[in-house]
Amino acid sequence: MQLHTIWFIIIVLFWIGFFVLEGFDFGVGALHMFVGRSETERRVAINTIGPWWDGNEVWLIVAGAAMFAAFPGWYATMFSALYLALVLVLAALLFRGVSFEYRGKGEGARWRGGWSWALTIGSALIPLLIGVALGDLLTGLPINAQHNFTGNFFDLLTGYGLMTGVTLLVLCLLHGATFLALRTTGELRDHAHAFARVIGLIAILVNVAWVIWTLVVIGGGTVPEPTQIFGVIAVIFATVLASTDNDGWAFASSGFAIAAAIGQIFISLYPNVMISSTNHAYNLTVNNSASGHYALFVMTLVAVIFMPLVLLYQGWSFHVFRRRVIGATADVQQAPSTSAPGPDAGTEATAPT
Amino acid sequence: MTNDLARWQFATTSVYHFLFVPVTIGLAFLVAILQTAWYRTDNPDYKRMTRFFGTLLLINVAVGVVTGLVQEFEFGMNWSTYSRYVGGVFGAPLAMEGLAAFFLESTFLGLWLFGWNRLPKLVHLGTIWAVSIGTMLSALFILVANSWMQHPVGYKLNKAGQPVLSNVWALFVNPTFVWGYAHVILASLITGCLVMLAVSAWYLRKQQHVESFYRTAKVALIVLIPTIVIQLSVGNQLGVVETHYQPMKIAAAEAQWNSCKPCSFSLLQVGGGANDKTPSQILEIPHLLSVLATGTWNGPVTGLNQLQAQYQAKYGPGNYVPDVFIQYWSIRVMAYLATLVLLLALWGGWLLYRGKLRSARVFLWLSVWAVITPFLMNTAGWLLTESGRQPWIVQGLQKTVNANSPSVSATDIWISLIALVLVYIVLGAADAVLMLRYSRHGLAEADAEAAEPSAAPGAPAPALTY
Repeated sequence: MQLHTIWFIIIVLFWIGFFVLEGFDFGVGALHMFVGRSETERRVAINTIGPWWDGNEVWLIVAGAAMFAAFPGWYATMFSALYLALVLVLAALLFRGVSFEYRGKGEGARWRGGWSWALTIGSALIPLLIGVALGDLLTGLPINAQHNFTGNFFDLLTGYGLMTGVTLLVLCLLHGATFLALRTTGELRDHAHAFARVIGLIAILVNVAWVIWTLVVIGGGTVPEPTQIFGVIAVIFATVLASTDNDGWAFASSGFAIAAAIGQIFISLYPNVMISSTNHAYNLTVNNSASGHYALFVMTLVAVIFMPLVLLYQGWSFHVFRRRVIGATADVQQAPSTSAPGPDAGTEATAPT
Repeated sequence: MTNDLARWQFATTSVYHFLFVPVTIGLAFLVAILQTAWYRTDNPDYKRMTRFFGTLLLINVAVGVVTGLVQEFEFGMNWSTYSRYVGGVFGAPLAMEGLAAFFLESTFLGLWLFGWNRLPKLVHLGTIWAVSIGTMLSALFILVANSWMQHPVGYKLNKAGQPVLSNVWALFVNPTFVWGYAHVILASLITGCLVMLAVSAWYLRKQQHVESFYRTAKVALIVLIPTIVIQLSVGNQLGVVETHYQPMKIAAAEAQWNSCKPCSFSLLQVGGGANDKTPSQILEIPHLLSVLATGTWNGPVTGLNQLQAQYQAKYGPGNYVPDVFIQYWSIRVMAYLATLVLLLALWGGWLLYRGKLRSARVFLWLSVWAVITPFLMNTAGWLLTESGRQPWIVQGLQKTVNANSPSVSATDIWISLIALVLVYIVLGAADAVLMLRYSRHGLAEADAEAAEPSAAPGAPAPALTY
């Protein structure tokens, strides 16, 4: 196998890693205000992803950087074409990223409410917009012979792109709900189950529609690929399991559904990396956008050394914090001044907003 | 116009990003030191200080991480011609940064933050050291990339005239990188020390939590004194390296329009803007520029006019002189402020030695205000090195004016520039509010957090960190 094909696969794995891991962060972020009815429940919801969201987000950074290093042409065309959409993604990432730290450290319901909205909107917007972007790669954008984008912002809003964005958003919401059910107890867990069931039904419909649309776009006939079939089955599994006590399996199913969706986009794309709707001769491919052989070889060595290490310590981190998260309400009522994480929390827990 | 806007955007976002990065690198190291002290002595003062400064660190990391994402996206968004041209070389260290540094830093930060009372003490101490190593590795890879723009090495030009990586090791032993990296790490430690010293001095002046903050003031000063001394000589050596590889940069920094031998160092001049080739010298020190730029008493420095003629002969017509005003003043802001910080550090060391630090009111007052200086120096340093490379984006290979994205219009960049500036103002304001609030009231919160009961094994986790 040629090195640029290996790097295409590695980049796909980075994108899958990003969406499977940060996917439940997005879901939890977007749902935390609705699943959590009280301030304590909201804080519990946010804390379920507390130790990990930052590390999960690195998968996006690495996916982008790997595209830059291995396929500079792809990175250059894609990032400059998606310009205004990426500005929105960045704004959402910025607000969302600091909201975790800032929300609990300021004073007052307005401060917390504001950052909660930042977290909610940011978490929903990012998978939606990145989904649009990934859909656009496959359905095609106006790109000229020099591999420069020739359209404007509205050319990015392709029907298939939007459908892909909605699909990924719904899958992330489902993934977040199954994750919350896995990581919480009591009422909060019941809410999460209820959300997972409803979102699951929507996800089944959306996913089936998207699979059909994907078949139309790639023009590969009427037979769905295995990833598509398994993807749909996984969404159904997650929805059904959300009514039972099998939180772990429900979460695994929603994660698999996301992995299948992302994998499917790139499988359909290969060996192209960006389709030109102007002329298929202008398509960007793994061949015409890749770095030199030596650079790819060096990068492969680096990936072979560091990826197992990353998986090892991220896995350890998931293992360390595997227990369910509960609120500190009971402790707070006994001794408000010592056991709450901050002076604010004492009032929050006893008098929920 | 488009090109200028893209430059403004990159300058704004990188300067902003680098307000937070050195605090992160510096504080992560110092917090690791404090926690090590706690681990070794079991003194609860060190534990509460670890938690207190750890939270200041976290508030900063949040902004540093997300503004770093903007930088990574910006190469492709605004500088697609550049990215397409050099990605085969420049992209590699960026990808290595993600794989080797970002994962390490962010995963272990989560483990550290949520690992109190849950991980064994020694393992928990290991996590903060992993964070510190991660921050320093991240700076390493990004400076490898930046140094390649200052002094490209380890590549060959292919048939299309495009640089292709041919020797990755050369990127890591690039003299511009080696000295530049040392310079940035030391600058970050100085920044961290001055932040810690300022907060400690503020409490010492108010006579609150004196024993705890005396310890942190001591740690800050003990790290600061050798660091600033070494920094002065490393900065100087970096100047010598740059004189060799980027003579324009240093000649402009000294506003040296004509070649000289030996060369005097101008302490202060009036005028000297882009078109003013005859600034009035107010104060000059003979031989000092020769020593600084070449390391010898009578070393020659080639003037801007002579360099311009050389460059035109080599690269064709064009203006190869960077903005002399920015160069001249940014190097002086760094050098003069660094001297003041050195004096402050030595004074603090003397007070520490005499056991008078707790009550030295003037020193403590100055230490609080000295927190501004590292941010000015860090910004000046990047202006010096980046503006001094102009008109090149990659020295000798590609000009900045040819590097931006052809598909991105001025309107696009206006929108993103305004959007990012607004977002940055909101984030900066929130960060400042939190830093100040936490610096003043945070100790009670840190104490409360430290008092959390540790969870029984197997029981659900009660801690709500966020």
